[in-house]
Amino acid sequence: MSAALRFLTPGLLTTLQDQGRFGYQHLGIPVSGALDPVSLSAANLLAGNAPATAALEIAYQGPTLAVEADSVRIACAGASAAIEILTAGEAVRTRRLAMLRSARLERGDVLRIGALSGGSVLYVAAEGGFDVPPVLGSRSTFVRAGIGGVDGRALKAGDRLPLCRSSASERGELMLDELELAPPPRFRIILGPQDDYFGAEAIALLTQASFRVTAASDRMGMRLDGPRLKHSKGYNIVSDGIAPGTLQVPGNGLPIVLLADRQTTGGYPKIATVISADLPALGRLTPGAEVRFSPIDIEAAEALRRQLAAEMAALARRMLSVPGEVRIDPAALETSNLVSGMIDALGEG
Amino acid sequence: LTAADHIPHRPRYLAAGDTALVVEFGDAVDPELSALVLSLARRIEQAAIVGVVETVPTFRSLMVHYDPLQIANAELKRRIEPLLANLETSASKGRHWRLPVCYDASVGLDLADVAQRTGLSVAQVVERHSGTPFQVYMVGFLPGFAYLGGLPGELELPRRANPRLKVEAGSIAIAMAMTVIYSIESPGGWNILGRTPVKLWDLNRPQAALIGAGDQITFVPVSLREYERLALQARAGELSVTPGLAPA
Repeated sequence: MSAALRFLTPGLLTTLQDQGRFGYQHLGIPVSGALDPVSLSAANLLAGNAPATAALEIAYQGPTLAVEADSVRIACAGASAAIEILTAGEAVRTRRLAMLRSARLERGDVLRIGALSGGSVLYVAAEGGFDVPPVLGSRSTFVRAGIGGVDGRALKAGDRLPLCRSSASERGELMLDELELAPPPRFRIILGPQDDYFGAEAIALLTQASFRVTAASDRMGMRLDGPRLKHSKGYNIVSDGIAPGTLQVPGNGLPIVLLADRQTTGGYPKIATVISADLPALGRLTPGAEVRFSPIDIEAAEALRRQLAAEMAALARRMLSVPGEVRIDPAALETSNLVSGMIDALGEG
Repeated sequence: LTAADHIPHRPRYLAAGDTALVVEFGDAVDPELSALVLSLARRIEQAAIVGVVETVPTFRSLMVHYDPLQIANAELKRRIEPLLANLETSASKGRHWRLPVCYDASVGLDLADVAQRTGLSVAQVVERHSGTPFQVYMVGFLPGFAYLGGLPGELELPRRANPRLKVEAGSIAIAMAMTVIYSIESPGGWNILGRTPVKLWDLNRPQAALIGAGDQITFVPVSLREYERLALQARAGELSVTPGLAPA
């Protein structure tokens, strides 16, 4: 049987995502892709992949996966979660896997990921990637129209997600000492394209007031609660295009920030757009998070984007070798509590 | 004020963040605006500007998605500027589709309501909606979801007060001065006149989305029985329609 990860439990919303599906928005097909491309890149680089390789995007509650391959190397980055590796033997041994480190799992091992905290999404990359065909140039999943990923849907219990490699490569494990994931104090926006549909009072509220991410948020849009932004010329426009991070304001005056699965066109005025350098941090926000906005000009946004690109390029150079023996050796675990970034947290099962 | 007065060929450039530029020709649903937008879209495609990722034509503007690491907003505008000269102001001859549509009350759920609200008979509604080509202004909202202009004034109505939670794929519906085709099942508030058995969206085809902006569509009425026969063919993947050249 081909190498795969089998889903014992699927988690709440686990999908395959890569950098997104470009070139089809004129046919109404959303871009999709990772909500947090910085964490996606980090997970992939640690696993030994190109940064935009499709990985599992996990929201709210993680899955439990059984390794059905000779071995597999994985790495996790993003929101915090308890990540455990259960190894069957005479007694089940449970080890805890730290974030931002690659790890090698053997056939029969079970990877168990708990509830997420401190962020909306967590990425699990597998060395070599997952063996699913790209649809329209991307493996990203767009659930609403059943495009990409595994049969165009979220993973479910019993799924076998095929791996491109049948075993992990013979190499040491990698780690990152840190990954800056904290949100900026204020999300930078560029006003428009329809800021002229709002009065000065609404613009002032947008840039001075504080908003809160509501639970009615998903991969398509983040609904904010806060002061209502009053339209000056009505709230229906002749539909035009929608950019990533745009703040659409429907009739109730409460902005919706449009994210990865955003519709390609829309008929509500868009008061401002979050700059691309701040989109990964935006995608990480969880319901209840406070959001403030600060307007900047486009040249400043372009400079910030170059800065983010430089930081992401530097990730590959910041990878460190995990000192010591790479393979998990039960004997070594007995003499040292810390091997390869794994902590023998719970001891013998 | 004539129609031409509010159709400036000199568009406005509006920033939609640092990865998308809106080139806006106006703010109406209008055949001339649509022609300008589609004309610019073709030119930008031909110009193959490095850093332009894709363009999305809409009724009245073109959204240019770009990679700010490859081209800055200011440079993109400089590159678009020479492409604005002598844009086409009437629709160029695109593909022409003849789509079978069943205008039966069982699938045209709002047919009777539309007839009542417009003061026409059901037969008159069908007659005014079929037989003449409509222009596809844009595809958006959902994969393959097409917006068509050119609806006769007698059929202009607002959207339904209570949108439906579920509209079947293939539904042909009207509101304002437009017709839309629901490519996949979705919620929707447009007035449904009928349904086509042709799959507007099918990932099993090389070209998943059948229709593109700039195409023309003529709806050809078919009986419920014929619709059901064609729908069976479509489900088996055996119904293919091919476009002809748009009529003069």
